[in-house]
Amino acid sequence: MNPCPYFFLLGKGHGGSFRLLSPSVFWSSDLQLRKRGPGGGPHLLCRYSVPGLRLPPSSGLSPAYQGAGRGQGAGRGQGAQRAAVTRRRRKNMAGAAGPATGSGAAGGDGDDSLYPIAVLIDELRNEDVQLRLNSIKKLSTIALALGVERTRTELLPFLTDTIYDEDEVLLALAEQLGNFTGLVGGPDFAHCLLPPLESLATVEETVVRDKAVESLRQISQEHTPVALEAHFVPLVKRLASGDWFTSRTSACGLFSVCYPRASIAVKGEIRQYFRSLCSDDTPMVRRAAASKLGEFAKVLELDSVKSEIVPLFTNLASDEQDSVRLLAVEACVSIAQLLSQDDIEALVMPTLRQAAEDKSWRVRYMVADKFSELQKAVGPKITLNDLIPAFQNLLKDCEAEVRAAAAHKVKELCENLPMEGRETMIMNQILPYIKCPEVRLNIISNLDCVNEVIGIRQLSQSLLPAIVELAEDAKWRVRLAIIEYMPLLAGQLGVEFFDEKLNSLCMAWLVDHVYAIREAATNNLMKLVQKFGTEWAQNTIVPKVLVMANDPNYLHRMTTLFCINALSEACGQEITTKQMLPIVLKMAGDQVANVRFNVAKSLQKIGPILDTNALQEEVKPVLQKLGQDEDMDVKYFAQEAISAVAQRLRKLDFPVKDSEEPSAPGADKNHFLRPRGPGEDTGKAQRDRVARVASKEAAETAQFRGPGTAKGPAYQLHVNTRDTLPQLDTAEIVLFLPKHRLISRI
Amino acid sequence: QLLQLNSRKINNSIKKWRRTNVFFVYFNYTADIISTVEFNHSGELLATGDKGGRVVIFQQEQENKIQSHSRGEYNVYSTFQSHEPEFDYLKSLEIEEKINKIRWLPQKNAAQFLLSTNDKTIKLWKISERDKRPEGYNLKEEDGRYRDPTTVTTLRVPVFRPMDLMVEASPRRIFANAHTYHINSISINSDYETYLSADDLRINLWHLEITDRSFNIVDIKPANMEELTEVITAAEFHPNSCNTFVYSSSKGTIRLCDMRASALCDRHSKLFEEPEDPSNRSFFSEIISSISDVKFSHSGRYMMTRDYLSVKIWDLNMENRPVETYQVHEYLRSKLCSLYENDCIFDKFECCWNGSDSVVMTGSYNNFFRMFDRNTKRDITLEASRENNKPRTVLKPRKVCASGKRKKDEISVDSLDFNKKILHTAWHPKENIIAVATTNNLYIFQDKVN
Repeated sequence: MNPCPYFFLLGKGHGGSFRLLSPSVFWSSDLQLRKRGPGGGPHLLCRYSVPGLRLPPSSGLSPAYQGAGRGQGAGRGQGAQRAAVTRRRRKNMAGAAGPATGSGAAGGDGDDSLYPIAVLIDELRNEDVQLRLNSIKKLSTIALALGVERTRTELLPFLTDTIYDEDEVLLALAEQLGNFTGLVGGPDFAHCLLPPLESLATVEETVVRDKAVESLRQISQEHTPVALEAHFVPLVKRLASGDWFTSRTSACGLFSVCYPRASIAVKGEIRQYFRSLCSDDTPMVRRAAASKLGEFAKVLELDSVKSEIVPLFTNLASDEQDSVRLLAVEACVSIAQLLSQDDIEALVMPTLRQAAEDKSWRVRYMVADKFSELQKAVGPKITLNDLIPAFQNLLKDCEAEVRAAAAHKVKELCENLPMEGRETMIMNQILPYIKCPEVRLNIISNLDCVNEVIGIRQLSQSLLPAIVELAEDAKWRVRLAIIEYMPLLAGQLGVEFFDEKLNSLCMAWLVDHVYAIREAATNNLMKLVQKFGTEWAQNTIVPKVLVMANDPNYLHRMTTLFCINALSEACGQEITTKQMLPIVLKMAGDQVANVRFNVAKSLQKIGPILDTNALQEEVKPVLQKLGQDEDMDVKYFAQEAISAVAQRLRKLDFPVKDSEEPSAPGADKNHFLRPRGPGEDTGKAQRDRVARVASKEAAETAQFRGPGTAKGPAYQLHVNTRDTLPQLDTAEIVLFLPKHRLISRI
Repeated sequence: QLLQLNSRKINNSIKKWRRTNVFFVYFNYTADIISTVEFNHSGELLATGDKGGRVVIFQQEQENKIQSHSRGEYNVYSTFQSHEPEFDYLKSLEIEEKINKIRWLPQKNAAQFLLSTNDKTIKLWKISERDKRPEGYNLKEEDGRYRDPTTVTTLRVPVFRPMDLMVEASPRRIFANAHTYHINSISINSDYETYLSADDLRINLWHLEITDRSFNIVDIKPANMEELTEVITAAEFHPNSCNTFVYSSSKGTIRLCDMRASALCDRHSKLFEEPEDPSNRSFFSEIISSISDVKFSHSGRYMMTRDYLSVKIWDLNMENRPVETYQVHEYLRSKLCSLYENDCIFDKFECCWNGSDSVVMTGSYNNFFRMFDRNTKRDITLEASRENNKPRTVLKPRKVCASGKRKKDEISVDSLDFNKKILHTAWHPKENIIAVATTNNLYIFQDKVN
């Protein structure tokens, strides 16, 4: 079942951002605290809280290793609770070690085939969860060894009583039993598997119950019609009339599998049970029934759907709890698919209209979220008359979550509209309602898809004001988001249109007061040049960038350097040598040290693009001069650059293959400074890794060398941290700090 | 008619309270100060939390269920350590293990579940019974001695055999790291899958099955902490409408929020506030108007709030004043100054409804507790103490002499012991059984039938 789909799948919290909480460092009791692993496989959290131990989330751990992990954990034991747990674990270790060593010694003379099975059976009740889990996962081996008869009479009764176990063991058990029919003697005996699954279907953990229900559904297919009525249907009835709501929720998922194969009389009973669950006292059961309503409707006769399911649906859709009502929206889709147009109009639409205007935002959110499914289910005519107006309301809903969900559906909605009159409908009925920035951003991000539906010209006219507005938004994150869409927009709009409307924006971002924006703008320029070509760059971008080299603000002068770093590769040798290099070299005389060492870095960066001549005659002297600079950081980077340039020169003089390339001096220690050759991977993953190594090294170096000697690496912060926003914040701060203060801080 | 009958019985019962059980819970005076008392939904279990982080669960006597005289017998069912003292290394703060609140979950299967919280961390506990254990190993004897592996010729499948009943308490989930301030309330939603937790400035919404995420639904923290004028003192979900919750503030107001309207409930949909009587205004007005507890009636129509001197009952449909106000210890109004000096004025008294919402109960000083019958408007003061009553005796009503001449049997205000206070009380949801916690004793009383 979908747990609380509205709130807990939404990113919701103050200021629109949702609060993700990290697991506590204080989690000391490692007994029952677990989290489902990414592959659905459960694992104990405690393993990850033990420092120095990195166990893969697989279950095939050797007992000895586990014992070691626990021992280490015990060493840090905090408080009595932990200690108690530890004591138990220690005992387990001893217990686990016993049979394991025994097996090695006794393998020779006992009954070879029996011994491993005996160990497996004994471990079914071992005190160590992991061993029990391993044993449960090999349940089929045990059953095979016991034979069908003993499996039915001994193993299954034992398993039925093991519901006291840990969730992960129960989950594995529920899964195993789904494939057990062959091991108990084939379909004739499939009903023997029902008792253990029945008890598993009442446990409190939803994952275990769901798995048990899944297995029951699987097994129901293996029952003969007679056995189904003799064993399976009574089980469903028992669960449906159980005292606790866990069993009743489990029952909801079983009706649809036994209904099609039951006799007429039993069918009536099943429907009766389902009806009573739909009006159960506990909201949990009503929710389970509501979520299975559509599935059940599909297996019912059309008459019954109209006479029974529709009233149930109407009731659930007007339940007093909005957590139930919102699930009825989903059922709406399946029911509408079964009915004719007239019936939909008469039976389903009143409820749907009501849901779209529900008082609760969570119900409206569900309608928005399921909109394209609804649209397909009700057909084009009703869509036109009812859904489009409802959609307009959702787009201007007072709750941002609802608007956002609706905005996500704009694309699919437009695609599903009939070709005829599609464009006018979108232009007149949908676009005018798209007001808030989030919604517009969403549309812009899907621009290439929308473009396929209607012409770009038309769309751009209505979107351009939004883009300009967002580009100047007071929140830098919004600006950042829009920058990232620029290359996409440029590709869609074409050169002329771009020059006319958006070029000035792109340049304005270069002098933004937030570093992250300036950096993104730089990258943006590079992508634009890749799109529009060097000629365009030479005429429009490069002159504007180079003018900034004379800006009184040293940050803007640095932006020029960053732009050159980014553009040089895209622009090619000629432009770089003729237009950019002189400016860079001129800036080597800047009075701010930050600019000077960035010149050194830029020279290193563009080195591979320049020819030998320029390197030898222009770059090298300047670098050598910088190498004598009074500032130690400038010196440091100049030397780095000199060695890189020297290597490049050597390579040009005596060409060698890339693979034989001798490593640059300091390359081992300073990955981040290694000049990037043209053929080298410039992927993000690479950058990530490098950045991580770099910042780690920077921290270490700073630590070891002490404040006075912290050289270049101290500056790596603003070079390498480019991937996450919090890091960008740091980067920004670092860059804005006058240089000498930074040193003293580190 | 039934209702009338019922209320007469309770009215009757107010006069004759008989103590059935007294549990003495002391090993260490400070470690076992009871900090919360809560019946489960059937009333069969009663949980107490103490300052030492322990939870003790009492179970109603089962065997003599037919014989009415022993209905109120409760015995210890399970004891476990719920919270341990911790240290927040980032803030250099000690986190007390004291249990602030316990809330039972609606029963979902044979096991029982409860949430317990200290200042920072909420835990979900499962309390389950086990009366069978597996027997039979292949490779060793039941006592752990290993068999010679060569003698294993047939496989044995373990069999479950009955054993003495064992009650296990196991931690199922830990909801941590969501509160910067101290948690004062937790409340489970009637949708059975979410709950809220409130600290001084924020209220978070949790899903009972999701521990790594919670949603902040109320935040009253001002941008500048110097502008802070009020804090959240208690919060509770409506008993049957899953979208409604209330929270009370130190200013004496109660805000009702509707989660349907918006995902963030910073704006309330109703504000319950009684205009202040200017003639009563004093230096202490603001302190004594602070609400220490808010509880919905079982019907969901009313809510009750406790401030320092009174209990007020509000109709959810009337925001401007309470429908009923009961003075708990009005005689203390003249002693506020000394109560301020010994910090008693900041005591947080809790209050509770009886099963049919016709009587309310709350604690006072000198180990007195008060009950008010809403239909007859009668009230009574009773005392919970070991000296005065042996088991199965009828409690005598007590009277405090407010002023003037002291009559026989009356106690003068000056002789009240302010160190003996009853902050936590609970009423069985179906029967006239109450649990009253004095500092470190738990008393369970029931009404005298016949």
